[in-house]
Amino acid sequence: MKRIVTVKTRDLKDSAKNGGCGECQTSCQSACKTSCGVANQNCEKNSK
Amino acid sequence: MIHQYKLNGYNIVLDTFSGSVHVVDEVAYDIIAMYETATPDEIVSKMLEKYGHLPDVNEAEIRECIDDIEALKAEKKLFSEDVYEKIAKTYRPSNYTIKALCLHVAHTCNLNCTYCFASQGKYHGERAIMSLETGKRAIDFLIENSGTHVNLDIDFFGGEPLMNWDVVKAIVAYGREEEKKHGKNIRFTLTTNGVLLDDEVIDFCNREMHNVVLSLDGRRDVHDRFRKNFAGEGSYDKIVPNFKKFVEKRGDLSYYVRGTYTHHNTDFLADILHMADLGFTELSMEPVVCAPGDPCELTEEDMPVLFDQYEKLAVEMISRKKEGRPFTFYHYMISLDGGPCIYKRVSGCGSGTEYMAVTPWGELFPCHQFVGDDAYSMGDIWQGVTNTAMRDRFARCNAYSRPDCEDCWAKLYCAGGCAANAYHATGDIAGVYRYGCELFKKRIECALMVKVAEMETE
Repeated sequence: MKRIVTVKTRDLKDSAKNGGCGECQTSCQSACKTSCGVANQNCEKNSK
Repeated sequence: MIHQYKLNGYNIVLDTFSGSVHVVDEVAYDIIAMYETATPDEIVSKMLEKYGHLPDVNEAEIRECIDDIEALKAEKKLFSEDVYEKIAKTYRPSNYTIKALCLHVAHTCNLNCTYCFASQGKYHGERAIMSLETGKRAIDFLIENSGTHVNLDIDFFGGEPLMNWDVVKAIVAYGREEEKKHGKNIRFTLTTNGVLLDDEVIDFCNREMHNVVLSLDGRRDVHDRFRKNFAGEGSYDKIVPNFKKFVEKRGDLSYYVRGTYTHHNTDFLADILHMADLGFTELSMEPVVCAPGDPCELTEEDMPVLFDQYEKLAVEMISRKKEGRPFTFYHYMISLDGGPCIYKRVSGCGSGTEYMAVTPWGELFPCHQFVGDDAYSMGDIWQGVTNTAMRDRFARCNAYSRPDCEDCWAKLYCAGGCAANAYHATGDIAGVYRYGCELFKKRIECALMVKVAEMETE
């Protein structure tokens, strides 16, 4: 595509099939402690 | 739903429900903006009117771009539909198992920070420290309630946890014994103001702590404005050498130098860069949490200033990375291809369900920010969660529970936002802390832009 570059991202709909293991770090625990988000958590399965 | 924005010379299109990110030129940017409300002929006419003077823009080119957008839509990478509401309504993190505890090992502090949300570590109560017996029971309680979770998190928090250091070490030793027996992997973390950070503590942390959070607000005058000892003296000169020594010995292990900014230092970029210039590379800077009306509170007028600071921070990070002196900003860490699954994105931090805070006397609260508020007591580590109605309320707090989030493009990045922020701002955990949302969205825009810029140079 000439005018559109699509960045490689995790397909969220696909992640419904193999996600939800609950092993990832609790978001607020790791650094912020006051303004939680989830975007910056790594998937435990992918990081292995 | 899509979200389009321009930042630092990049035109970025985010497809909310697939998580796809597209970098586009001006023509494609405008076509995407019109795509769902205009016919192809109308798009062609409008684009020729606006860009027809450019050598590479003609009708064939515009129709080709429309076809590309159509293809991306067919691949469900643009204008994809929301199919997650059912997950939000039915998903419970492993049927109320618990995977993380914040242990308040010391409700006391050796600093007297005037802006402290925990009321100088006491959480509006009496000074207290956790006994080893209570700490051990917290480990047992976590393991007993962890179900099939292997990775468990324990954060030592306060007040100042180093004021109960011997108990911290003994709890870690006990945890190490118990995790082996039960096939668990406990990740210990510690949050400290650094006053008591000596060689012995540093060496222990480097052996046992998965992550350490070091509290520093940035420039000396900014830090010392609030972070004073009980004699009223600033703590910057005491703690910065300790933090430098800690980071020097930390190697590749995880840490964050974490600051708080307030209405008094809306130019917080200078504080982040000050931290970086001190040699710290893993940085976090958070908006203050305070009572409405507090002089520290962020105001409407602060918002554009703060947005500008976040944008400048992103540009500076790109620049410093190119110069070979990169640093990490916690809120700009975003893994596009290895980030959290949809369950995590919908359900959020797990406060009140899989994550809870434990007071020095073993009482459970939904998270550290609710400790001291009796209305949010959930039970204790001996009896377990007895306030199940409260747990259910927190379980229902997710990316789909707030009407304000319905049309928000960022909801799968924040999962509906921090329940404690919402409570403190609106009196209801199901409320929305509007300034927090605006700042969060700006941070995500910046984080995505930084990623795009990095990919371009790689």
